[in-house]
Amino acid sequence: MIFLSSPHMHGGNNIQLTMFSVIIALIPAAMVSVFLYGWLAVFILTTCIGVSLATEYFVLKWQGKDTQRVWDGSAGLTGLLLALVLPAAVPWWMAVFAAVFAIVLGKQLYGGLGHNPFNPALAARVVLLISFPVQMTSWIVPMHMDASLDMYSFTTSLKFFFLGPDAVQQTWDAITMASPLGYLKTELGQGVTVTEALVNYHYSTLHAFIGREAGSLGEGSALALLMGGIWLMARHTISWHIPISYLLTMAVLAGLFNLINPDVYAPPMFHLLAGGLILCAFFMATDPVSSPSSGIGKIVFGIGCGVLTWVIRTFGNYPEGAMFAVVLMNMATPLIDYYVRPRVYGHKRGKQS
Amino acid sequence: MFDLWEKIKQTLPMGTSAGFTGGVVHSNQHKRTAGQAIIACPLPELLIHPVKQHIGDPCEPMVEVGERVLKGQMIAKAQGYISVPVHASTSGTVEKIEEHTIPHPSGLGLTSIFIKPDGLDEVDESLHPLPNYRSVDAAELRERIRNAGIAGLGGAVFPTFVKLVKDQKNPIETVILNGIECEPWLTCDHQLMLEKAHEIISGMDIILHLVGAEKGIIAIEDNKPDAVEMMQKTLQEMGLNEHVQVQVLPTRYPQGGEKQLIQALTGKEVPAGQLPMHIGVLSTNVGTSKAIYDAVCLGEPLTERVITVSGDAAAKPSNMLVRLGTSMHFLLEQCGVSSFEDIKVMHGGPMMGELLSQDDVPVVKGSNGILAMQKRSIMRAHFDEEPCIRCGDCGDVCPAGLMPNLLASHCKENQFERAEDYNLFDCIECGACSYVCPAHIPLVHYFRYGKGQVAQIQREKAFAEESRIRSEKRDARLAKELAEKEEKRRIAREKKEARAKALAEKEAAEKAVVDKDSAEQASAEQTDKPEVKADDKPAEDKA
Repeated sequence: MIFLSSPHMHGGNNIQLTMFSVIIALIPAAMVSVFLYGWLAVFILTTCIGVSLATEYFVLKWQGKDTQRVWDGSAGLTGLLLALVLPAAVPWWMAVFAAVFAIVLGKQLYGGLGHNPFNPALAARVVLLISFPVQMTSWIVPMHMDASLDMYSFTTSLKFFFLGPDAVQQTWDAITMASPLGYLKTELGQGVTVTEALVNYHYSTLHAFIGREAGSLGEGSALALLMGGIWLMARHTISWHIPISYLLTMAVLAGLFNLINPDVYAPPMFHLLAGGLILCAFFMATDPVSSPSSGIGKIVFGIGCGVLTWVIRTFGNYPEGAMFAVVLMNMATPLIDYYVRPRVYGHKRGKQS
Repeated sequence: MFDLWEKIKQTLPMGTSAGFTGGVVHSNQHKRTAGQAIIACPLPELLIHPVKQHIGDPCEPMVEVGERVLKGQMIAKAQGYISVPVHASTSGTVEKIEEHTIPHPSGLGLTSIFIKPDGLDEVDESLHPLPNYRSVDAAELRERIRNAGIAGLGGAVFPTFVKLVKDQKNPIETVILNGIECEPWLTCDHQLMLEKAHEIISGMDIILHLVGAEKGIIAIEDNKPDAVEMMQKTLQEMGLNEHVQVQVLPTRYPQGGEKQLIQALTGKEVPAGQLPMHIGVLSTNVGTSKAIYDAVCLGEPLTERVITVSGDAAAKPSNMLVRLGTSMHFLLEQCGVSSFEDIKVMHGGPMMGELLSQDDVPVVKGSNGILAMQKRSIMRAHFDEEPCIRCGDCGDVCPAGLMPNLLASHCKENQFERAEDYNLFDCIECGACSYVCPAHIPLVHYFRYGKGQVAQIQREKAFAEESRIRSEKRDARLAKELAEKEEKRRIAREKKEARAKALAEKEAAEKAVVDKDSAEQASAEQTDKPEVKADDKPAEDKA
């Protein structure tokens, strides 16, 4: 028998369990997306997950690795996360491209599971946003807002998904609307105050919380995301450090500037509930592979994400900054892991060895 | 389940009122032998005493083959300071003294004394009981504890007498008695506290007396409420409850680690590179305390100890009082292990213990548990390694505050300088990181490998340094010799030159003289007469 080193006991956790826990935690958010966008959401979800799994399988096979790895849950999770950050207006080929990009260029090119510097789903989302800004910032009117709109039946959705708006005799303007963040950005540019813009948009904090505003598939309902996120924190699948430091930084920054000039800077509650912030804070920034591994490093990472998100949203050209912030902080992860380390027992903080 | 606040408190520097950094919680389901009375193990047919059962220098056998020995007779004497002697654990004859496998994963051997018991169990009475130890000189007590062969019975087996010093510079304020027993499966300390509470506390009193400490703490985890109650009751009966208190700690592994226990109880950390005595703390295991009592008050050296014999392949797991030197094979047979085909024998607990390559090895002072495990349950803990997903769970549970995932990858890539920079040598090898790793990475294995390699590199470096110095010395010597030669040559040359010069001058002078002479001669020849005239002149002058 080969030499085995202690410990000779294991707690029973494994990668598959971790990945599937996150998938389960995302189910409420996925359900909300189906509730908001009907069959469109179903098509995008199945396309992204299916293509991710298939790509993962072919890449593993091509590399001569064990193809059973495809079921470790990581590729499925990437597909699911990717679908949840796409707007309902994306055509099929964009979803396929994004999924292939996420798996091949976002993950496998770097050596597969555990080696990707960026969150694969977010990397793919960023590439899509930069390459196809129109489709990626056109938000389909959610189902409950305009019941007269014939967009959500199975056949219309299928046609729209594969053939575009012309096939369903619709124009972009008729079926899309601005998201709260995008609307605010445009109005602020025209000299309208924050309060007026939000009133004009018929913005409601409650609606933003339970998920009735337009946006990407999964980022609509803060409630559904929080349910999943808090469950993950309770199971210790994700640690509290990143979500809490991220959201707190965001709230403090937004609150501070809102106090200074409420006409130009949106209130903290608006920032917290708008866009993909909660999705990013609980499910994207917490991606273990691309975030720092120590608790204190995770706090630094979360603070960095919070600052960058607020800065991009407020001063940048894009209305939403959460995913750029996370991808940028992903790049800083090796540095954080090197410079920000937990204090070692019996040593003073900051002094190495 | 939802201990978010606890987690937050652990990460933030908010004072460590209780608890230690990191750690994992094991369920109690493996403590199969909890509450089982200690039973005495029968006398085996052969007892094997390795000459080194402690940390430090090995002992020197002091008996001859064929000699009759008594129970408690010293059979190997300590060598050097950090060393304690070995005693025979029954009466009998020394059968042979030769190398035998010791309980170590390497399967290496060590000189051992084999004793064939005669069944009489005759006791060596030379060490007389000393019940009123307070009247005895501290140095004599320490010597007695040393001669009784007592080393830390918690598993580290560090010679206990070394710690029992009254040092003016580092006065011991708190004595901690470690009754934590945080390894799953093990229950021997628990049972000892239930059955030998009086002896354990008396032993602690001896330690308090020896080091002049005022305060004593008996630390017990909250999964042993009966032991807590028993210790409290006994303290009250003995009237010691003013100085000594029982502290109940929440069950968490590795709380029984010395550094972790000190942190959990006092909030203080043992500074890197220092010992607990430097912060005024001394900690011993409850078993060691009982052994001190036996040695001082009863005059009995350390010849037996309580061991948990258990494991999922043992039909009759039990807490046993075992003579040191008993074969583990024999011991497991007593506990219902009939076939050794599909089992692995583990020495110690499952978290830090070692798997033995064979089972006919003797019980030693550091054996606190012997577990017979099904091969398949061992293999279940050693899945194939998957890629690290950097989840950081290992860092969350690390009691030393390390970043095990980065450390392991540096060790794996042979980047030992990086690994040392990440405090490789602060790892206590508790195994909590490997236990929680979702990718089943044998992190502790990589740390051991890294430590071994660094030690090897340091040895090589030292050797290279030595060679460098030697070669530099040689170069210096050669240069010196050369310089000396050169100097000699120079001097010789100078001398030669001087001589040559002198010679030349002399020759020149001679030549000059000769020239002069010849010239004079010539002139004399030419002016013979005037010379005569000249000769006449002085005469004239004189006149």
